[in-house]
Amino acid sequence: MTELTELTERPELTGRTRGPRGNSLYGPLADPSADAGYPAGHPPRVGFFTDTSVCIGCKACEVACKEWNALPVDSPAGPGDPAGPGADGDVLGLTGMSYDNTGALGASTYRHVAFIEQTVPARTARGVDLGMPGSGPPGADGDAGDATEVRWLMSSDVCKHCTHAACLDVCPTGALIRTEHGTVLVQDDICNGCGYCIPACPYGVIDQRKGDGRAFKCTMCQDRLGAGLMPACATACPTESIQFGPLDELRARAAQRVDALHAAGVSAARLYGHDPDDGVGGAGAFFLLLDEPEVYGLPPDPVVTTRDLPSMWRHAAAAALTVAGTVAAAFLGARR
Amino acid sequence: MAEAHPVGFQWVMEAKRRGATVIHVDPRFTRTSAMADLYVPIRAGTDIAFLGGLINHVLSTGTYFEEYVRAYTNAPMIVRKDFRDTEDLDGLFSGFHEQSARYDVRSWQYAGADVEASAGRRDELAGPPSEAGGPGGHEAADAEQAGSGGAPFRGTPTRDDSMQNPRCVFQVLKRHFARYTPEMVHEICGIPPETFARVADALVRNSGRERTTTFAYAVGWTHHTVGVQYIRTASILQSLLGNVGRPGGGILALRGHASIQGSTDIPTLYDLLPGYIPMPNAQREQNLTDFVEANAGDKGFWGDMDAYVVSLLKAWFGDAATKENDFCFDHLPRLDGDHSTFHTVMAQIEGKAPGYFVIGENPAVGTANSRMQRLGLANLEWLVVRDLNMIETATFWKDGPEIETGELRTEDIGTEVFFLPAAAHTEKDGTFTNTQRLLQWRHKAIEPTGDRRSDLWFYYRLGRRIKDKLAASSDPRDRPVQDLTWDYPLHGSGDRAEPVAESVLREINGTGPDGRALSGYTELRADGSTTCGCWIYSGVYADEVNQSARRKPAAEQDLVAAEWGWAWPMNRRILYNRASADPEGRPWSERKAYMWWDAEAGRWAGRDVVDFPATTPPDYVPPEGARAAAAIGGAEPFVMQSDGRAWLFAPAGLADGPMPAHYEPDESPVGNALYPKQRANPARRRFDRPGNRSHPEPDTAAAGVFPFVFTTFRVTEQHTAGGMSRWSGYLNELQPAMFLEVSPELAAERGLHHGAWAHVVTARSAVEGRVLVTERATPLRAGGRTVHQIGIPWHWGPNGLSTGDAANELLGVTLDPNVHIMETKAATCDIVAGRRPRGPALVEYLAAYRRRAGLEETP
Amino acid sequence: MGHEGGVGAREWIESWPVYRQLTGDDPLGRGVAARSARTDAKQARTTQADRVTKSVCPFCAVGCGQQIFTRNGEVTHIEGDPDSPISRGRLCPKGSSTLSLVTSPQRADKVRYRRPHGTGWEDLDLETAVDMIADRVLATRAATWQDVDDKGRRLNRTMGIASLGGATLDNEENYLMKKLYTALGAIQIENQARI
Repeated sequence: MTELTELTERPELTGRTRGPRGNSLYGPLADPSADAGYPAGHPPRVGFFTDTSVCIGCKACEVACKEWNALPVDSPAGPGDPAGPGADGDVLGLTGMSYDNTGALGASTYRHVAFIEQTVPARTARGVDLGMPGSGPPGADGDAGDATEVRWLMSSDVCKHCTHAACLDVCPTGALIRTEHGTVLVQDDICNGCGYCIPACPYGVIDQRKGDGRAFKCTMCQDRLGAGLMPACATACPTESIQFGPLDELRARAAQRVDALHAAGVSAARLYGHDPDDGVGGAGAFFLLLDEPEVYGLPPDPVVTTRDLPSMWRHAAAAALTVAGTVAAAFLGARR
Repeated sequence: MAEAHPVGFQWVMEAKRRGATVIHVDPRFTRTSAMADLYVPIRAGTDIAFLGGLINHVLSTGTYFEEYVRAYTNAPMIVRKDFRDTEDLDGLFSGFHEQSARYDVRSWQYAGADVEASAGRRDELAGPPSEAGGPGGHEAADAEQAGSGGAPFRGTPTRDDSMQNPRCVFQVLKRHFARYTPEMVHEICGIPPETFARVADALVRNSGRERTTTFAYAVGWTHHTVGVQYIRTASILQSLLGNVGRPGGGILALRGHASIQGSTDIPTLYDLLPGYIPMPNAQREQNLTDFVEANAGDKGFWGDMDAYVVSLLKAWFGDAATKENDFCFDHLPRLDGDHSTFHTVMAQIEGKAPGYFVIGENPAVGTANSRMQRLGLANLEWLVVRDLNMIETATFWKDGPEIETGELRTEDIGTEVFFLPAAAHTEKDGTFTNTQRLLQWRHKAIEPTGDRRSDLWFYYRLGRRIKDKLAASSDPRDRPVQDLTWDYPLHGSGDRAEPVAESVLREINGTGPDGRALSGYTELRADGSTTCGCWIYSGVYADEVNQSARRKPAAEQDLVAAEWGWAWPMNRRILYNRASADPEGRPWSERKAYMWWDAEAGRWAGRDVVDFPATTPPDYVPPEGARAAAAIGGAEPFVMQSDGRAWLFAPAGLADGPMPAHYEPDESPVGNALYPKQRANPARRRFDRPGNRSHPEPDTAAAGVFPFVFTTFRVTEQHTAGGMSRWSGYLNELQPAMFLEVSPELAAERGLHHGAWAHVVTARSAVEGRVLVTERATPLRAGGRTVHQIGIPWHWGPNGLSTGDAANELLGVTLDPNVHIMETKAATCDIVAGRRPRGPALVEYLAAYRRRAGLEETP
Repeated sequence: MGHEGGVGAREWIESWPVYRQLTGDDPLGRGVAARSARTDAKQARTTQADRVTKSVCPFCAVGCGQQIFTRNGEVTHIEGDPDSPISRGRLCPKGSSTLSLVTSPQRADKVRYRRPHGTGWEDLDLETAVDMIADRVLATRAATWQDVDDKGRRLNRTMGIASLGGATLDNEENYLMKKLYTALGAIQIENQARI
């Protein structure tokens, strides 16, 4: 009882020391690693800035990730019907979704390149009418009357390594942890496959691997980070669409990139997941998009599913105290 | 480029970030289009009309780089009086012989000078023209010389530096392209005039003293019956704009195999010896002197061809090669025609070419008209296949498509097959030459296991055994083998011992009289005192150091990164870079400064190794009688050309015209709007025979049987015909199946459903795949009608993790007359919903199509 | 809790997540307290390589630099070479799949032989295979040799032996091929450059 009381008083839980909105489960949090007990001097928080305006959809990230992490092939596409569903895969062989035959992030797919084919109003001649400097990426807007053109958006999705990671918060075994780099890691030697994390993720990233049962997702190449290497996907990315580095630097770089694109007439360019005030406290992997997040299959306003856990917990604790008090009263009363 | 060369494409993105405009011209909207500032859809097979339109724009608006054009191109040269243009002859150039479908090229030459024909034909022209009509009157092999030089040349051509003479190249060119108007481009290519204007404007604005434009093509440009002329058209345009020999300029061929450049330089090609020296031809009984006389020019670096040939013969035949025996020149076999791969396959089908080595290539699915390839394989006595994986070429006899249709029975196939597993690139030392002529050494990381061996091991061992078996022979035909130098230092023990690859590279580099490695081809001599396996690679082992293994980190070097690997020739990174300076030797602009004349030092200076005699000043005028390098004037940057100039008009070297002309593909749905009487390239090489019929001409009654255009393509996630990619789970889950890209309009017209099966039919075969209906595919208006284009990837085949029909089944074989490359990027077809028939029903199905198209007798 | 090669009881208890959670700076057990020994011990396999070899990607002709990580004579990883001025350490999906290419269990490693009219593969010793091929070459060459053409002009060749391939091979290999074939008088030597 005492312990429960103490717990509800812990500032880490109630967020009392973090201002009106912030707590360790919600709101801005400058240093999630410190929050998870890493001593001062731990490495800076790192992350991904995925600039989809320069993504060429080559999927090097997907392959480099699978090679490094030795992940299973999702769709064996073995002999027999070549386009049929994989024998035990989680996606069809040929999905028909443009050049995306991966379908979604999953337990064996830590990077997923989405392809979106759109018919949009045609860009003006500005792109070519340039004496200089050249224009921006697909997405530059302008006025060309009723003319339309095809736009092919590509974007490499990945685990967001949320500041407030619901998967981690609900994990009962301690398999999911915050690392010294501020990332979110599943420890495969601890995970018992309970699956609580799966519905907790607001992005639908983490999943159980068939035939294994444990949950898997992007590790941000934890082992490579320890060796001073970049994650495999960012290392391979030919066009620097996937940028890796200290999150602060990435955020500054991303802001500059958005400004440059806006100046070039790409008014649709916007960041996604960069804001510490958003529903997950800002993502460790954020994006520059050229359209609404939904277009890329991303939730428009993700909220950590454990946002209300502290208040729920306080209510639960109060209820527990009440129960305990009643019991105690009854006991004491009985003694009387 | 983003599709097939994603990592190379990073530099396009880098340029874009710095303000470059990216324009993508392609029949298909690809991942490259997605990144471009402007995507220009074009009807497959019409690029000459498009580029010709740009040439016309540049000439008619006066937006060419006049000083460059006057000084560095052959614009002022006067063409012979008897030359006639396509404008005069309804789409033919002068010299065409209907019967042989060949040109006599003599009327294309300069007035006052004779220029030799290209590699394979030169020696023919050296003799008198035969009575049979065409030059030689027989089938002749043509150029592959373009890799490093033009045709040789004698005498002094007349020229008019005012470029006003009506017979000067400039005026000839102007007249030739005058009808390539934006309206004509629209009519032929389906590109609206507004779009064309945007391209032309961007191109002109980004060319000149201060700016340069580059053209990049993946080698789809070569896959046409006018492929060489595609490249020529771009060359003319770039030369007019002053975009050759300058940083940010040029025409970049993005080649598709790790060392396809190297295998052209050190050619596993029939018509060449190493370094683009032609193979000797039997048409004239040649000795070494005749051979050099017929093939070398007076001027430029080809003027020293004798030194290159003699050094090669010394490298191959060692002490046996002496001045007295013409350095064993007669040890070389002779050509007497086109011995390119398609002729070979037809000979195989006829049982005339019984032995076949297939090394790291997969013709059973990877070559056009794959069925023809397999019928060739089935009529061999023996076949050796060396590969990483059990590819279709090795297994055709048990599970090829003809077994399923019943056209062949395994038991009836007499081909003896040896499949030998190959070592991977990690398991051997050696160099690849990349697409920018850069040799990069790979160090062996591990030993190959099992029976896997390098090709160096295999060919060395094979040669060793053959030499042993012939050691006692007294037959003169065995002398070349007996004399062949084949003593390489070995490493590895026992049956794994193989030549030290660096010793082979050193032999390629060449050695001097003192036995030391040469530092470059200028040290080669014709007296037998030097050896050199490939003159253009001389210098790769300079100072007894493997220069190709240099790996100074890029971050520690300037942009040229001259100490990374070694580029032929002489570690030069931009060819013809003398042209980056003006005739006086000053950079055209500070912004584009690259090479310049340093008068104080008395030599050329700059960022690169100058592609010019290093101490020849800009004002140098060659004395009378000067030859080879000494005959190059100080302001003539195109040192491999016999006149030192970039050719807007090719007075020799080409088999199908001195200037490009738009011809329709061998198969197209429309006529030729520019030259109605010459629909397709009149000099294209055809093989009209059962199994390789071309489709009916447009506007004939049967043309409607194959009403659509298709083009084959690559995707990022697979590689070529799949030999290296279809066995990888990680790649195959990304592109797991054969698909067919069609527009919503075509889908509606033919009842095709997204994700459902459909099959494409030609006179050759039918190929099935899943339908991808996509807005990226748009029908074009051309020739007064709607043209639907179907995109078909060519990566699949029956073996591997991901299987499917091979696109090459659909294609016929019709060749470019210069280099004998087949047309795979534009042909016609039908498309039908549902899967194709199987087994014997397929044979009947195709026959019925051919009957309807009038290509086969009704039974 | 033996002391031989194991951890002491105290260490063992200290490694309990709950113990660490209650005593350390990670009261919620979301970081240090929950880390497993295995997570702490995890190392990039590149750091365990006994050799890193500089190489070049074998797919297209861009020529991207590769680093081959090996351990005990086996390739454990392949990734881009950051020193390369061409690729700056990057690789496309094919280049990134190179490890699979060279270590694939599907990759052929034994000579296979199919006799004329045979219906299946047979085993064959590698040395025997090379010797048989040498015999085939010489027999075909002898049977198809052409000294001169019908006009008596020197030909010095065989039209019976053809070769296809080279674009995926090394320059040194192409060189030996062209050299040997030419000495044998075989001229129908071609590669992907024409296809």
